[in-house]
Amino acid sequence: MDTRISFELDGQTCAVTADPEMPLLYALRDDLGLDNPRFGCGLGQCGACTVHIDGQAVRSCITPVSAAEGHKVTTLAGLGTPDRPHPLQTAWVQEEVPQCGYCTNGWIMTAAAYLRANPKATDDQIREALTGLKCRCGTHMAVLRAVRRAADAMG
Amino acid sequence: MNTPVLSRRIAFGGLGALIVTLTSPGDAAAQAPGPAPAASPPAPIPPLPTRLSSYVAVNADGRVTAFFGKVDVGQGLDTAIAQFVAEELDVAPGRVDVVMGDSARCVDQGGASNASGVSEGSQPLRHAAAEARLILLELAAARLGVPVAQLSTRDGEVLLTAEPARRVSYADLVAGRTLETELRWNGRFGNALNVQGRAGLKPVSDFRVIGTGQPRRDVADKAFGSFDFAGDARLPGMLHARMIRPPVAGSEPEAVDESSVRDIPGVRVVWRRGFLAVAAPREWDAVRARTALRVTWMRVAPPFPDQAGLYDLIRATPARTTNRQLNEGDVDAAVAGAARVITADYEYPFQSHSSMGPGVGLAHVTADGARVWTGTQKPHSVRDGVARLLNLPRERVHSVWMQGPGSYGRNDAGDAALDAAFLSRELGAPVRVQYTREEGHGWDIKSPATVHRMRAAIGADGRVLALEHLSKGFSRTGVATGEADPRDSMAGMMMGQMVHAADTFLFPGNYIPWHAYNVPSKRMEWQVIPPPMDRASPLRTGHLRDPCGPELIFAGEGFLDEVAHAVGQDALAFRLAHSAEPRDAAVLRAAAERFGWESRVSGSRGGTDDVVRGRGVSLSRRDGSHVALVAEVEVNRRTGHARATRLVAAHDCGLIVNPVGLRRTVEAGLIYALSRTMHEEVTFSRDNVTSVDWEHYPILDITDAPRSVEVVLIDRPDRRSTGAGEPMVRSVAAAVANAFFDATGVRIRRVPFTADRVKATLASV
Repeated sequence: MDTRISFELDGQTCAVTADPEMPLLYALRDDLGLDNPRFGCGLGQCGACTVHIDGQAVRSCITPVSAAEGHKVTTLAGLGTPDRPHPLQTAWVQEEVPQCGYCTNGWIMTAAAYLRANPKATDDQIREALTGLKCRCGTHMAVLRAVRRAADAMG
Repeated sequence: MNTPVLSRRIAFGGLGALIVTLTSPGDAAAQAPGPAPAASPPAPIPPLPTRLSSYVAVNADGRVTAFFGKVDVGQGLDTAIAQFVAEELDVAPGRVDVVMGDSARCVDQGGASNASGVSEGSQPLRHAAAEARLILLELAAARLGVPVAQLSTRDGEVLLTAEPARRVSYADLVAGRTLETELRWNGRFGNALNVQGRAGLKPVSDFRVIGTGQPRRDVADKAFGSFDFAGDARLPGMLHARMIRPPVAGSEPEAVDESSVRDIPGVRVVWRRGFLAVAAPREWDAVRARTALRVTWMRVAPPFPDQAGLYDLIRATPARTTNRQLNEGDVDAAVAGAARVITADYEYPFQSHSSMGPGVGLAHVTADGARVWTGTQKPHSVRDGVARLLNLPRERVHSVWMQGPGSYGRNDAGDAALDAAFLSRELGAPVRVQYTREEGHGWDIKSPATVHRMRAAIGADGRVLALEHLSKGFSRTGVATGEADPRDSMAGMMMGQMVHAADTFLFPGNYIPWHAYNVPSKRMEWQVIPPPMDRASPLRTGHLRDPCGPELIFAGEGFLDEVAHAVGQDALAFRLAHSAEPRDAAVLRAAAERFGWESRVSGSRGGTDDVVRGRGVSLSRRDGSHVALVAEVEVNRRTGHARATRLVAAHDCGLIVNPVGLRRTVEAGLIYALSRTMHEEVTFSRDNVTSVDWEHYPILDITDAPRSVEVVLIDRPDRRSTGAGEPMVRSVAAAVANAFFDATGVRIRRVPFTADRVKATLASV
């Protein structure tokens, strides 16, 4: 049964009418026309679909759209912009992290939520915080450099 | 106006072979960078390989557009191509836009292939850019009334060399017209395509842009979430489709009960033999219909052998094709007369592309033709495959390339495009096919499983008399490297076409490890056995990044380490002592020096701690590039957990075009290969592939990434640039295996080096 679900998306109020069990990912991509986050597995295993709900990183491919009702959803495009970049985005550009770049949402959105709560994180803690996220091209080392750089800039 | 068309060309005349033509309004769209806009009907006319404008255009604003018939899959190849064009044209590299892989705007240069984007792909672009510069010089000579010899070019302007204040910009010279002339074409399409004009190429000594670090063009868009991947292409009225694959490979639906999805809005079912799909206006409805559709599948005999016996089966199966790749001296006589003969078997599993996103494609087929949006590595092949699948002339098919979600060879991207094209025709609407994760892992093309029987003959004086390497396994081209023939696509095979495999392992001239070493007698032979299924197989084999390289070097360089140990020599010193090529020795020394290599015989330290450490080295070449890798490995003998803690690579690919991009590419490629080494193995039951997600096909986690990866770049301006996207991949498994031996005193001869495999290996001695 389709239901009207309202939430804040990247600072704008929005609403979709959809099956409440539909994953948030499809609402963001298909109903609201975003090109990010991305479909990687649909199983919550890779992180390519990661967004924030009220600042917490969630996998939108296994989060029902109804869970967003009344909350603040932030995507990579809403985390920062070229004019007002998040420190992680600045670091991503400086370090030239991506190869294909399809995994980017997972790393940046997960790291952003983690660093906000743990601004003094050590290198090993950053690795633990990012465990489970997938990058198939092997940009792991560049990811770690960029997160370190952003953490230092934020700290 | 967004359908590319050839302009009405009017001769400007008077300058020999030079024709400068007027530009029609359509050309502006044709030359605009970025993906072609959504439009129908398509009427693409492939650009002619003999025309300058097919490669390079100088636009009215002075910006330059390069049309590149290959594609970048995440290494910044477009940046390198812009550097080449900027170098020859004398413009700033930031002024060059690169259009890639659009079959209506780019000549067929073979797509991404064999890490040849720089080594071969840049050639026609360089020649075209040099020719464009010559034409601009001639236009300026006419304008300024001086001979060309008195003119020079700099940063988008032609100037009087002796009087630089007298100058004219390219934009003024072109004035909105199209620079056009005929080029001599070598008659080839694909990697080998090249053209030549009247202009020569700039000598390396004059390079100002090549060799400098230039920023990637896609990174900011990717970091800010505004980059468009192939999966982001959408059309109005588009249907979302999901494919339904058989639970037992080789089975086809016996009955499909459409009433089972009747309550899902707008669902349509397409069924042709084994080809089965659902489509709906809303994506979520297609997802639900895929699960809900009731299908009765034919009972078929289980197609696959027991995986536990795979390598024995490969050894026991009669070869269908045998090729002797190398035979020097007399290996048999050397073995017969040897004081010692050592042998070993190395084994390498099926591995999966498992790109970050599973295959996705969008197609719009109308009465006029077809247009597809695809992340394939070979967009011109997809054009040809769609044309054959739909029985259209290929001039009526337009393949628009957009970057895919990771691409490491012949993955599933082109399959999705052909599925979408067939569905669009059947459903009369634009169709976007998104594969599931299960398909991305389970039904993508696999790299072939292989076994390697190694043998060395050692004389009484400890000299190595002979080396032998016998490889056997499935073909590297069980399906073709591109999608140009529907028999090589999922759509074709699911509709009943048999694979038409070529039995290949190495190709003529491919590097093999014995090439690097001076040993009197050397032999390398490979054998290919038939695949377990002749169609629609989830274990069909094809090109995966550095095809056959990792397995070949794992066996060759792993065994060479055994030989060095057998004769009581340090692994590095042994390689250097037998090295036949200065560039090999140079990378070996560079890697060893950076690492701080201590000379000693490997595996000699013992100790009783749970955690032991060791270091190993490998040497490899690929199509003119040389890589030495030193790996440091930590092994927990109790848990079996093995981890590469440090990788130090020395990399020589001739003249370096972009050192920043190269360093990133080598570093990431090493990690990619480390993942394949430590974790990756396609698993299968008698019925089907079972490693169908990241839980069952794990890859390297960031907690297991090395503490440090160091890349030493060796620049050789006197040598042509050779490939850099693949050579590092083959270096990793052997270096890690050799380090594992150094740490534990035990050889590990089967990839991947999982905890279970490590424990079993340590327990076996």
